[in-house]
Amino acid sequence: MPDQSDIEMRLLLDAIYHRYHFDFRAYATPSLKRRLRAAMQRFRCDTLSQLQDRALHEPALFPALLDYLTVHVSEMFRDPSYFRALRETVLPVLRTYPSLKVWVAGCSAGEEAYSMAILLHEEGLLARSLIYATDINPRALQRAEAGVFDVASIAGFTDNHRRSGAPVSLSDYYMAAYDSAVFNKALKKHIVFSDHSLATDSVFAEVQLVSCRNVLIYFDRGLQERAIGLFRDSLCHGGFLGIGSKESLRFSRHADAFATVSAEDRIYRLQGATA
Amino acid sequence: MNAPIAGQRGMRDIRAIAIGGSAGGVEALAELLPALTARGMLSIFVVVHQPRDRSSLLPGIFASRCAFAVCEPDDKQVVRPDHIYFAPADYHMLVDAGPRISLSADDLVHHSRPSIDVLFESAADVYAEHLLAIVLSGGNEDGADGALAVRRAGGFVVVQDPETARVPMMPRSALAKVAADAVLPVAEIFALLNELCEKEIVDDR
Repeated sequence: MPDQSDIEMRLLLDAIYHRYHFDFRAYATPSLKRRLRAAMQRFRCDTLSQLQDRALHEPALFPALLDYLTVHVSEMFRDPSYFRALRETVLPVLRTYPSLKVWVAGCSAGEEAYSMAILLHEEGLLARSLIYATDINPRALQRAEAGVFDVASIAGFTDNHRRSGAPVSLSDYYMAAYDSAVFNKALKKHIVFSDHSLATDSVFAEVQLVSCRNVLIYFDRGLQERAIGLFRDSLCHGGFLGIGSKESLRFSRHADAFATVSAEDRIYRLQGATA
Repeated sequence: MNAPIAGQRGMRDIRAIAIGGSAGGVEALAELLPALTARGMLSIFVVVHQPRDRSSLLPGIFASRCAFAVCEPDDKQVVRPDHIYFAPADYHMLVDAGPRISLSADDLVHHSRPSIDVLFESAADVYAEHLLAIVLSGGNEDGADGALAVRRAGGFVVVQDPETARVPMMPRSALAKVAADAVLPVAEIFALLNELCEKEIVDDR
């Protein structure tokens, strides 16, 4: 017999899907449970059924609930060795393309999208690049669009950036204002922020690089397969896919379509390249 | 022998052990983990607080000393018996149905990622009365809420005797929150684990 709270969770996720068209039904259960427990406290609900009732009848509450369901903590240049590998191994190949399209999937508040723009700038590729930065949470996308980060995080970002093999300091890219760091608008000109769901939307462009890090961990295996399938269908032949340092294509039926570029940094390349 | 310890509340079908520690926890682990006899029954999960930006050295340290296979798992990795899973640095490690490993990069809990509470709570959901949680030496309150969740799910909680812990705060916080099944110095936790391993031999016959 399924656990009572498992039943309630399924009903709540169904309700959210039917009411708001956000599909969390195939998200990984353990993290989702934790987030929903936190949301129950925040909205003073004793049960998930009560939370479901509020979610259905108080649409004004939904954006805040969505923040609980989607909160993805990120930082700029998280895992510097990943960005170093892009810099040293991937971009030299992509340099041969006349124009570049990069998809940062699950961009949250934009840390990774700006990191990518800075990386491309430093490698002399930004002028002919377009970065699609997508997420399902409109509030996160608004924050990303603003390009303003808490100055308290900047020291960590700066250290990561330096360790990614950057030729200059991160401070070249932002202005500090009170407790905020406002990133250079020139970076933003090459980023298109848009609403896209890996759970329900389809491929929207052909790209040479997909970077989707620490997003798949929140999906169950079925949804992971869907997302990896979208990446595969978006990538041009010989295009690159980068995922989180603890995510793996090992368990995916799409694994054979990709060659491993860096096992350590989880960078893969869609087979079929002539190069 | 310490037969009464495991016998107290019928600790007879333990399939997983979740262990959490912080400051002083590694020393305790160094006594405990090599004690385990691989019998094809137990999976072990370990969270040790460590600096966020340093990838873990622990699996390497323990691999050569343990009868169990030691690893730092990927997300969705299948959980097997005779394996010890160390939470990777900067990720929460949870257990999902299957059982499989489920990782998350969500907010820090008690200033920590990985957090012991996060591991314990998810393991309690999956293993219920087949889980033994062990709280070792450490300097904050992580693990206390998780230990409570383990008890509520019918699982067992053993806490390192605070008097014997290098940093007693973590065991004390757990004891303030939950009625532990046993409060033991590491040497006796060691005996208990041996007993659990031996018990399986008996059960096999």
